[in-house]
Amino acid sequence: MSEFWNWWVILITVVNVLGCWALLYWTRRMKDSGDENETTGHVYDGIEEYNNPLPKWWLNMFNICLVFSVVYLILYPGLGNFAGVLGWTQQGQHAEEVADAKAIYAPLFAKYASVPIEELSKVKQATQMGKRIFVNTCFGCHGSDARGNKGYPDLTDKDWLYGKDAAALEQSILNGRSGMMPAYEEVFDAAQIDGLVQYVGQLSGNQVNEQQADIGKALYNQQCYVCHGVDGKGNVALGAPNLTDNIWLYGGSSTTIAETIRKGRNGIMPAHKEILGKEKSHLVAAYVYSLSDK
Amino acid sequence: MKHEKVEKNIGLMGLLIFIVISFGGLAEIVPLFFISDTTEPLKGMKPHSALALEGRDIYIREGCNTCHSQMIRPFRAETERYGHYSVAGEHVWEHPFLWGSKRTGPDLARVGGRYSDEWHRVHLLNPRDLVPDSNMPAFTWLEHAVLDGELTGKKMEALRMVGVPYTDTDIANAKSEVAGKTELDAVVTYLQSLGLILKDKR
Repeated sequence: MSEFWNWWVILITVVNVLGCWALLYWTRRMKDSGDENETTGHVYDGIEEYNNPLPKWWLNMFNICLVFSVVYLILYPGLGNFAGVLGWTQQGQHAEEVADAKAIYAPLFAKYASVPIEELSKVKQATQMGKRIFVNTCFGCHGSDARGNKGYPDLTDKDWLYGKDAAALEQSILNGRSGMMPAYEEVFDAAQIDGLVQYVGQLSGNQVNEQQADIGKALYNQQCYVCHGVDGKGNVALGAPNLTDNIWLYGGSSTTIAETIRKGRNGIMPAHKEILGKEKSHLVAAYVYSLSDK
Repeated sequence: MKHEKVEKNIGLMGLLIFIVISFGGLAEIVPLFFISDTTEPLKGMKPHSALALEGRDIYIREGCNTCHSQMIRPFRAETERYGHYSVAGEHVWEHPFLWGSKRTGPDLARVGGRYSDEWHRVHLLNPRDLVPDSNMPAFTWLEHAVLDGELTGKKMEALRMVGVPYTDTDIANAKSEVAGKTELDAVVTYLQSLGLILKDKR
């Protein structure tokens, strides 16, 4: 604050406190006639007002408030740029809270930070800590039970888009993922898409129209194998889903599969490096890793 | 001055009440208009894009700010969950500010980048699809309402008058940036832009 505003605030505050005190002093000095039945002369609907001094307890409460304000202004910031004897600030209090918490939790986090995820997923305390962070942060997409939603992977099954690999899992959490299935409505006509739907269903062992599936298979081997593999088992390097396990990120009905092929999909996992930090992400990874072991 | 004079003269009493009440505002509010902490934007901050600005207006229209605050207070319990506490500089271009005073839903001051665009779409159209226990209303009409961008440039001009640094190019391109987009696009763009300027320092 500039010098002007500094003095502006100080002046108003001090005048205010002194003004209150003066007002109080002035009322107290008003003569008490001693006559308890003396009235002020106000009459309203036949009701009259007694003219008695302020009650002692009330006056003293006011005095206490004034003393409190003076003590407060000395201890805490209030008078312009004067920081107060205690040097208290909001940011300081927050930093203190954070430091206190750090003193308690940092050793815990540090203890687990260097333990490999595979191992950590078997430590009960670590997975419990991971779970707490998970339900606070990840519930929006993956659900508080980690069973996912349409478009958001179920983390409790054995199907891993990027492989059941601790490093890949940690990568997914820290840096996020962007799963991209291109749209094919310009490439394939309706009959071709139907064929592909049948073939993809066949890969997962469902009952399909064989004739259509054969059309689909030929098309699959021209286009889709690039990401999903010749055998349909997907590609963990790209996050291309395994099409043979009958687990469907967006739903396994023919309509939904057709929609996926026509419009494409873009599944995004946001990066959590800055939201959670490394140590917490590590614990979440351990928890998630432990889920598919059950 | 006699007590009686004040009590029986409503004009004088009003004036005196005004003087007494203005003390607080003069000391606590008026200086805020003149000190750099509350009048200068954070370094690197950019005003809302045209589409985000439309999204913000829809956010206000739908009353999102009655259930969602945009103000992270400096308590650990809040910064743990939402990220770095809000600072005044982040809000210098907000007219009106949307700090809110009640949280039925979570704070949104730093919701940008937390979820994918697609997540926001699904969630706005039916929150229960993603969060089974959510009591947030579904905003299904946003998907079908198409913006024409007729007024976007004017809104930006008005904001420029109160100090938001939109350039002539921003204003000239506003319509083309907005026209044809749905209200859903606008709201998602707005939400994804919230609170990105201060990275979490945990």
